[in-house]
Amino acid sequence: MAGYTYVILVPLIPLVTFLLLGLFGRYLGRSSGMIGTAGLLAATLLSFLTAFQYFFGANHVNGVYEPISAFKHTWLQFSPGLSIDMGIMLDPISVMMIVVVTFIALMVHLFSLGYMKGEERFTTYYAFLSLFTFSMLGLVLSVNIFQVYMFWELVGVSSYLLIGFYFQKASAVAASKKAFIVTRFADFGFLIGILILGFYGGSLDIATLVERLTNTASPEFIAITAASFFGISVLTWALTLVFIGGAGKSAMFPLHVWLPDAMEGPTPVSALIHAATMVVAGVYLVARLFPIFSMNSAVLSLVTWVGVASALIAAIIACTQTDIKRVLAYSTMSQIGFMMFSQGLSKTSGEDGLGYMASMFHLFTHAFFKSLLFLCAGAVIHYVHSNEMRDMGGLRKLMPVTHACFLIACLAIAGIPPFAGFFSKEEILLTAWNENLFVYGIGLFTAAVTAFYMFRLYFSIFWSQPFPTHAKQPATAHQQEGSLTMQLPLVILALCTIAAGLVPFSKFVTADGRPLETHFNPLFSVPPVLLSIIAILVAAELFKHGDGRAANIAAGLGLVYKAASKKFYVDELYLFVTKKIIFPFAGRPAAWFDRNVVDGCINGLAYITASTSNAIRWVQSGRLQHYTLYFFGGIAGLAIIFIYLWK
Amino acid sequence: MLLSLLIIFPLLTALAILFCKGLKQVRNIALSGAALQAGYVVYLLLLFVQEDIAVKGMAFQYACSWFEPLSINYHVGVDGISMVMILLTACIVLAGVLVSWATETLSKEFFFLLMLLSLGAYGFFISLDLFTLFFFLEIAVIPKFLLIGIWGSGKKEYSAMKLALMLMGGSALVFVGLAGIYFNTGTFDLLAIAANPIARDVQLIFFPFAFLGFGVFTALFPFHTWVPDGHASAPTAASMFLAGISMKLGGYGCLRVATFLMPDAAHAWSWVIILLATIAIIYGAFATMMQTDLKYINAYSSVSHCGFVLLGIGMLTKTSINGAVLQMVSHGLMTALFFAAIGMIYSRTHTRMLAQLGGLLKVTPFISTVFVIAGLCSLGLPGLSGFVAEMTVFMGAWQNPDKWYRLATILACASIVVTAVYILRATGKTIMGPMSSTYENLVDAKWNERLAAALLIAGILLIGLAPFLINQLISPGTEVIMNRVIGFSK
Repeated sequence: MAGYTYVILVPLIPLVTFLLLGLFGRYLGRSSGMIGTAGLLAATLLSFLTAFQYFFGANHVNGVYEPISAFKHTWLQFSPGLSIDMGIMLDPISVMMIVVVTFIALMVHLFSLGYMKGEERFTTYYAFLSLFTFSMLGLVLSVNIFQVYMFWELVGVSSYLLIGFYFQKASAVAASKKAFIVTRFADFGFLIGILILGFYGGSLDIATLVERLTNTASPEFIAITAASFFGISVLTWALTLVFIGGAGKSAMFPLHVWLPDAMEGPTPVSALIHAATMVVAGVYLVARLFPIFSMNSAVLSLVTWVGVASALIAAIIACTQTDIKRVLAYSTMSQIGFMMFSQGLSKTSGEDGLGYMASMFHLFTHAFFKSLLFLCAGAVIHYVHSNEMRDMGGLRKLMPVTHACFLIACLAIAGIPPFAGFFSKEEILLTAWNENLFVYGIGLFTAAVTAFYMFRLYFSIFWSQPFPTHAKQPATAHQQEGSLTMQLPLVILALCTIAAGLVPFSKFVTADGRPLETHFNPLFSVPPVLLSIIAILVAAELFKHGDGRAANIAAGLGLVYKAASKKFYVDELYLFVTKKIIFPFAGRPAAWFDRNVVDGCINGLAYITASTSNAIRWVQSGRLQHYTLYFFGGIAGLAIIFIYLWK
Repeated sequence: MLLSLLIIFPLLTALAILFCKGLKQVRNIALSGAALQAGYVVYLLLLFVQEDIAVKGMAFQYACSWFEPLSINYHVGVDGISMVMILLTACIVLAGVLVSWATETLSKEFFFLLMLLSLGAYGFFISLDLFTLFFFLEIAVIPKFLLIGIWGSGKKEYSAMKLALMLMGGSALVFVGLAGIYFNTGTFDLLAIAANPIARDVQLIFFPFAFLGFGVFTALFPFHTWVPDGHASAPTAASMFLAGISMKLGGYGCLRVATFLMPDAAHAWSWVIILLATIAIIYGAFATMMQTDLKYINAYSSVSHCGFVLLGIGMLTKTSINGAVLQMVSHGLMTALFFAAIGMIYSRTHTRMLAQLGGLLKVTPFISTVFVIAGLCSLGLPGLSGFVAEMTVFMGAWQNPDKWYRLATILACASIVVTAVYILRATGKTIMGPMSSTYENLVDAKWNERLAAALLIAGILLIGLAPFLINQLISPGTEVIMNRVIGFSK
């Protein structure tokens, strides 16, 4: 449809800034940050314009927001039906996502101007940020499932480059490698899933696939459900594999191990990639293919339980971590778990589609308050020069703006009205209440735990008495809290965190494109809010004073606490599998076998040839009498053969 | 005559080099010769695009009798597939000359042999007569023996001998296959043979000879062991040639001679090809993971990547064969770039061992970036050529509905994970991490190295960003081949 072609500029502007900074960065120096930020400002304004035009324009027919293909170009034709197309699809979720991505990226660009100041590879940093933003925008706007996969890989590699930004630090190198490989492993599933969907669906175009595979009468649907592999229908396989891809990117249990380590990257990067945008790509992927997922209840329940498990496990681990960024990382994983199970419990239309809408709503609000939390953490780290909670304390007077913003974000994630998180979490819990009481119970418990660990973090950073080590920090007394470029994004995001929940989200983003009437029942929100307040009070009691109370309780919990603080040993399990099984039992034998057996055979062949010729060398002695002997011997032999054996 | 110039240019350059004096003159002549070739190939491409291939089959054909009694003709012609291979050759020759800029020992002989190699490669790709094709194949083998034996490093005599003997063995197998075809058809002419299909039972006997023979060149498991040793001992330019072009001679031969002329047998034997290719992919990848020498890493990864070429051919669908050709080109560029980067690192640090390297990004950002780009291409990053090629192979392979072939495809796909492991390991240990203080004063790439890298990266990006261009070139060629294969041409 005409009128939307300009949307192509939204991803293209970051691409141009990436190329500009990547190729000519060294001539630009300090101004590269400004170029990147200015480019992104333009992209953000354009995406706001798109959202305005899409949601308030006259293009929804009968109250339904129709998907619009703004641009499409065949990029690589595999066979007549199958091709990778590059295109731009606008529908409620993609429009919502471009707004979120550009806006959060803009805030991060701004913040980084101050945070990364004086960094040697300042230009490279901004080039990578632009690359990431481009890839993420391309991902959410995709028309073709292979296009999704391509940008999926590109966000993966930008994340790799940014996690390993401090490339001389061994832990950063290891973390970047781990993040890439774990998600690559998940992408392997995604790729096979795409191959299956493409083969049976006869197309890679998302709209065509959705249309064919949701119509139970279509030949494609009949084929994909009739075929089975190990007794499980191929559709189930395909969707499970695609979901594995999503779970890897979204750090769902048990593929979450990379996310906490990814905190080695610069903190603004964590805010952008590992809190607000890339890690929710898995949720987005399920939402993108939701009509197909909804045809298969088995995979949906897998989505639900993976989400529930991740939400709960991550929340428990978060209570025990002492690195503030790791706490936030686990909290991200937990919140994404909420989004996942909400989708798993959803259906495609009307009232039953509440879970889908709630999931997207939570994605939307989470982006604001989580990136705010990370940026605040960044400001704190910038100030204290440490990630560890024990190096902090009593910062509320020294960093008043950061303190206020952090508090707002904590209240939002804890689900206290009227902050953003309250509304979206409320919808998710309502979905669970309607669909599955057990999930509701876990959701409620996790929400309370969330409030607890967030306020543990809050009180440890901003209240409790300064520890002795803290006095050593040169920063305390006379340093400024942060430059304007660092504080402005905090304030803007804090305002968004207050306001985002009031957006009438259900009018715009729903499973079937029709506005959904949500019935707000104040009575329903009493239990979660009450539990959260209790959890906050407990956290205040334990951590506000900075004395040994919390440690005593932790000691009392014994093994449970230890297991949680060791992240339930999932990392150790992976290390065991890779270091003790794959390397010694697959890698080393392959290398050994090749050098000794395969190559040994070749060398052996050469040796046999050489020694055979050596062994018969004496025959060629050069002596005439020997040759005469052979000659007559030969004639005699031939004569015998001729006479006796011929007939 | 248009195509014959492709042979004449390198020949003249080689002869001119013999009459040169001093390194300066030699390399100037070599560079201008290589540049001339490259320019001419681009000109050919422009002409080729205007040709109507659908009607003619092969463009720019020229034929004349060479040895009447055995009906050996000099017959040349190109289609889209050979056209891209020629482009690849020109690109790598130019880059190879550039990175060898500082070769001081016996520079005259060195560049002479490089030119001879390119002559063999061009001749091979344009031949439409099996005998001349074989003739050029041999021309492309012998100089490599000398290049490794004289300018190599490490246990170079052993490696050179091993490489030459194994490739000669491969050639012998090829020759048996070609002779079989000749005695059953009475002609060496590729198009004439294609017009009158060979009897099925004859195909079944001679296909394995031809395929295995060419397979040795393209590192078919278990005949791949010349690759790691050969590469590790070869000088940089020879490594680039070896992996970038020589291994492609094999892939091209498997496709153009074995599969095209004996499609029934290709169909019947496809399970063996797929089995060996899958083993090569997975096993090569795992073996790479354990290597500690950068050149061994790239050599073993070449075994794995060339497995994709054979897998694509073995799957016998139009898409998979397209993918095989794409993978040949992509791997050629990527691996040449990788070897170039390794060569640049080695010439500065005098080591290729992972344990001794580290943190080079700090002192040599350009070389490190080249290294990372080559690595990312190898692990299939979208936007670079590796992604396009691998995905086309996977997509094509998946169109073959056989259950076991699907399993092979899944295993092959699994290599994307292992590839990521070894590439990131090499990157992490070479250019990231803490740096030894002895590297503090390294100088970054010089103009010739920058130019070579830029040339190869441009090729990688062109395929990676606009695959539809190269696809248009290749597709008509694979169509012709596929029409002869009783395929599942879905």
